[in-house]
Amino acid sequence: MSTIPADLRYSKSDEWVRVEGDEVVIGITDYAQEQLGDIVYLELPQVGATFAPGESFGVIESVKASSDLYAPVGGEVTAVNSALEHDQQPINSDPYGAGWLVRMRPSGEEEELMDAAAYAAYLEGRSH
Amino acid sequence: MDTYEPHIYELSAPGKHGANLPRLDVPETPLPAALLRQDDMNDFPSLTEPEVIRHYTRISQRNYAIDTGFYPLGSCTMKYNPKIHEEAARLPGFAAAHPLHDASLAQGALQLMYELQEYLGEISGFDAVSLQPAAGAQGEFAGILTFRAYHLDRNDPQRTEVLVPDAAHGTNPATAAMAGFKVVEVKSDARGNVDLEDLKSKLSPHTVGMMLTNPNTLGLFEEHIVEVARLVHEAGGLLYGDGANFNAILGIARPGELGFDFMHYNLHKTFTTPHGGGGPGSGAVGCTAALAPFLPGPRVRRAENGAYELFTPEKSIGRLKAFHGNFGMLVRAWTYIRSLGAAGLREVSETAVLNANYVRVMLKDLYPQAVDRICMHETVLKGQVPGAQGVRTLDIAKRLIDYGFHPPTVYFPLIVPEALMIEPTETESKRTLDSFIQAMRQIAREAVETPDMLHEAPTKAPVRRLDEVRAARQPVLRYDAEAFARIREEGAR
Repeated sequence: MSTIPADLRYSKSDEWVRVEGDEVVIGITDYAQEQLGDIVYLELPQVGATFAPGESFGVIESVKASSDLYAPVGGEVTAVNSALEHDQQPINSDPYGAGWLVRMRPSGEEEELMDAAAYAAYLEGRSH
Repeated sequence: MDTYEPHIYELSAPGKHGANLPRLDVPETPLPAALLRQDDMNDFPSLTEPEVIRHYTRISQRNYAIDTGFYPLGSCTMKYNPKIHEEAARLPGFAAAHPLHDASLAQGALQLMYELQEYLGEISGFDAVSLQPAAGAQGEFAGILTFRAYHLDRNDPQRTEVLVPDAAHGTNPATAAMAGFKVVEVKSDARGNVDLEDLKSKLSPHTVGMMLTNPNTLGLFEEHIVEVARLVHEAGGLLYGDGANFNAILGIARPGELGFDFMHYNLHKTFTTPHGGGGPGSGAVGCTAALAPFLPGPRVRRAENGAYELFTPEKSIGRLKAFHGNFGMLVRAWTYIRSLGAAGLREVSETAVLNANYVRVMLKDLYPQAVDRICMHETVLKGQVPGAQGVRTLDIAKRLIDYGFHPPTVYFPLIVPEALMIEPTETESKRTLDSFIQAMRQIAREAVETPDMLHEAPTKAPVRRLDEVRAARQPVLRYDAEAFARIREEGAR
């Protein structure tokens, strides 16, 4: 069973969002990294880039597949996790911590996001 | 036989030669300094001729090919390539023809191209065919550039979105992006068809068109194809047909009549020109009369006096390939079509579909079907064997190597977890299919009883399980003696 921290919100495309002051931190969920398997490549946006909610902000690639990353909230990128450029392993080992992907200053527009309980139910529904 | 073949650099020893040049009997003239290599050539491999020949012969004998065994690689149509094609392509009139010959000296070659255009048009229900593109992805590119040219020609420049189903081949979104368009994904429904409600919500005045494979990558016939075509056309878009799966419907359904506006043919799949390392490919394209003026050229037509001549369509998107496409492949495809005739081509598809369904029915109790439907030329199963713990599709695929089979396509389409995509093709006997089925059933038993046998597979191949993660994270892209030694040492531990 994958980990779903109670204090985060989740998108249907398996990204998580954590509010930190007037910014948000975004990553992919434990479930997403389990499904992808070992991550071998990551393409993140430039600082300053802006995205609408639901827009692709990057690409993540594992030995199994290459997938788009979708912005759960709209906004401007204020930082990217550049440590992941050479070593993507933290996305697998610590998806909610050292494996974070980008920080954004949110525009206020959001995808439909779920709390931890709703996301757990959503994953449960998907496994059938 | 099943031992590791050292790299040619590892076989090298200083002072050995493959050839001895005759004694110099003219004054020596130095090359201009700018043309001389400055890097160190000392580590260039030095071997004798027999060592080189044996090295490459040994490697070549380890190739797994359709001529050596069953190759059920889904979506690739790895059917047997009849050897008569090779004889035809080597006829001196074809093999020695120069692409710059005057048309009057190349009438036979042009006639063959003309007839192949006609045959492909007839088989697919299209008005015009261009043999230019070098392979399927270039055919797609030709199609989307043609759509673009068509919309611009109608003064409709606002169309910038190409719809692509979530089950599509990766080349479809890549093609749309290459042509400068935005890719809009359309969901599949529970029966594996395009989700019509999702399609409706994504069609707009910005729709360039939709790219669709039918049968789709789940090996299923798109049940709403006529409705999909109607909706796309109603929105002012065009429907592109990815011909990768054409092997399922030859002589049975014609894409032009199903509502497609344009399609590519993979001559190297459906029409048995060599495939996978033995190429090159050929991705000829066909389309409706409305799109014909935009096709890549040159095409071949018949002049009033009966002579065959090259021409470029009036609003052509241009050339995609030097000269006349991969001409040798056109000879092979022509030979295939003429060898089988209309009835034979229909039988190809009937047998391909029958073979895939035979495999599907014989395996579905152990490998669950992605969608519980009768399939077309290929079947998508899941490597989720009931009662097996911790065994993945990758383990099953690797274990098949130990049984002497090329593994099927795995982890595609992306919408199916642990996908195993099996395409037996029509050229396999029931005996071959039965031995494959038996191996798959045996592997399912092993998955439950001795899963470590699968985790360790392959154990009978020249190399064991490769570390794909490390290969992707720390690629060694050229010979590097230190890296080789380090990897060898780690492998020995």
